[in-house]
Amino acid sequence: MAAVAAAAVAVAPELSPGRRALRRLLRRKGAMVGLAFVVFFIVLAILAPYVSPHDPLATSWGAIRKPPSELYFFGTDEIGRDVLSRVIWGARASLLAGLVSVCISLGLGLPIGLAAGYLGGWVDALISRVTDAMLACPFLILAIALAAFLGPSLTNAMIAIGISATPVFIRLTRAQVLSVKVEDYVEAARALGNPHLRIALRHILPNVVAPLIVQATLAIAAAIIAEASLSFLGLGQQPPSPSWGSMLNTAKNYVDHAPWMAIWPGVSIFLLVLSFNLLGDGLRDALDPRHG
Amino acid sequence: MFNYLVQRLATIVPTLFFVSVIIFGLQQLLPGDAALVLAGEDRDPNVVAYLRAKLHLDEPLPMRYAYWLGGVVQGDLGESLRIQKPVLDLILEKLPVTVQLATMAFLIAIAIGITAGIVSAVTKDSVWDYAANAVALWGLSTPNFWLGIMLILLFSVSLGWLPASGYVSPFEDPKANFAAMIMPAFVLGNAIAAVLMRHTRSAMLQVLSADYVRTARAKGLVERVVVLKHALRNALIPIITLGALEFGTLLSGAVLTEQVFSIPGFGKLIVDAVFNRDYLVVQGVVLFTATVYITLNLLADLAYFAVNPRMRG
Repeated sequence: MAAVAAAAVAVAPELSPGRRALRRLLRRKGAMVGLAFVVFFIVLAILAPYVSPHDPLATSWGAIRKPPSELYFFGTDEIGRDVLSRVIWGARASLLAGLVSVCISLGLGLPIGLAAGYLGGWVDALISRVTDAMLACPFLILAIALAAFLGPSLTNAMIAIGISATPVFIRLTRAQVLSVKVEDYVEAARALGNPHLRIALRHILPNVVAPLIVQATLAIAAAIIAEASLSFLGLGQQPPSPSWGSMLNTAKNYVDHAPWMAIWPGVSIFLLVLSFNLLGDGLRDALDPRHG
Repeated sequence: MFNYLVQRLATIVPTLFFVSVIIFGLQQLLPGDAALVLAGEDRDPNVVAYLRAKLHLDEPLPMRYAYWLGGVVQGDLGESLRIQKPVLDLILEKLPVTVQLATMAFLIAIAIGITAGIVSAVTKDSVWDYAANAVALWGLSTPNFWLGIMLILLFSVSLGWLPASGYVSPFEDPKANFAAMIMPAFVLGNAIAAVLMRHTRSAMLQVLSADYVRTARAKGLVERVVVLKHALRNALIPIITLGALEFGTLLSGAVLTEQVFSIPGFGKLIVDAVFNRDYLVVQGVVLFTATVYITLNLLADLAYFAVNPRMRG
């Protein structure tokens, strides 16, 4: 027993915290399955022009609401467009919305949260109250209102989702900064006379990144559902451009005659969101072993 | 208790102030002349002039905010330009339908989420635990409007058991009301059930390893009594408090669920307002939702304070 412990102590220092987290992540089957599906969807979105069997916008009056067949694997929609091709191209809108919205949230939330946590005082009080106010407006309702006032388009939907999700990142960054800024190494950096900006960016920021990565992964899943919801309501991607949410909006009117129109876009949203959730859960367990 | 209430109210006032600033700010996002945009496609000069006067658009921004806030404090959220009715009246008219939907959804979420959470915690690392976790992941990953469409396909189109859409008042026909609401309530409760399951699991795991539970087991009590009487009772406090905070998710979900099932509630009001470019209704709904959310948050905090003696120090 003592020998094993001694060996562990001898081996442990060779691995950096990042590599240890990566090892833990690789051991989680759920996270790996999630990662595989995320990569699959990203490749599908990038290669959409080459892998989609038909033009996603091409209508065919001779192929209206055709059930799945050898020619149209997922069937056709109400104006004869190939559902499979539209699902493949729709992955672009969903992934783009997920990634861009979260970049907006992180881009706003991280510096504001860092300022609130590090500076404290009235800056913190002001930012915290504004954050509380934004969190009091339910996420999707705020996103709908912002998208409605900005005007319906995919870009505005991404901005609306990004802004609506920002308070979560502000709050998380602030909480992390508050716990890190009292650590000895930050005190030491301050005692050495480092300027505030350098302490915040060089000594605090790298130590608050891990939970933000986890939150960002889970937020992408939420943003994909939010984009699909806004497109479903007509506030996201505008027709005829394909998006899973707008495809479902049309499909709900034909659910009794052409159920395939509703099944595949929904399955795609479910799989992509599930993949990001699995990956996020795995990352959380890997980066914070207490959750494991 | 009184001091705590005063403290909490003191933090609510600035939050409400910033909520009002954000919601007033929404109007500033409108491109160009707000009066022209708000007047709709007709741009009737009389309506434009009325709006300009009503919203004080010729005044400086802080003055406009002060006028707007003054109206809001007196319950004047503006008037719907399409329906020609005060926004508050419209909201209060639609609210009972959404409250019924949200209540049914919450009860379904509690039934599924808390049961699955208990089973998962008690049988940790077993097949049941994995199954309950899978159900939670399913709930978190399924867009509720798609689940709604799939349930319509199954229960309305294929089996013909339930109506696909529509609403009947419970005072007119309770049976038809239940038939119309059960499917949307399940759809709406699905995502909350997943969140409640995760909260219940972690709260139960914490409580099950507490000394008093070990003592109860050592006394020879039946496991069912230990779990339900000693562990669950203590775990329920944080679960219910956290559950109350899911109200925002319920309202967000209601927007989509009511759209799928054509239920004339609060969610449909905001969607219809968006399509009709009835921006004052959109603004009013967001303000009303935020105020209700803050109030429920306060009540949940007070309930937690009241039932948890440790917080009273």
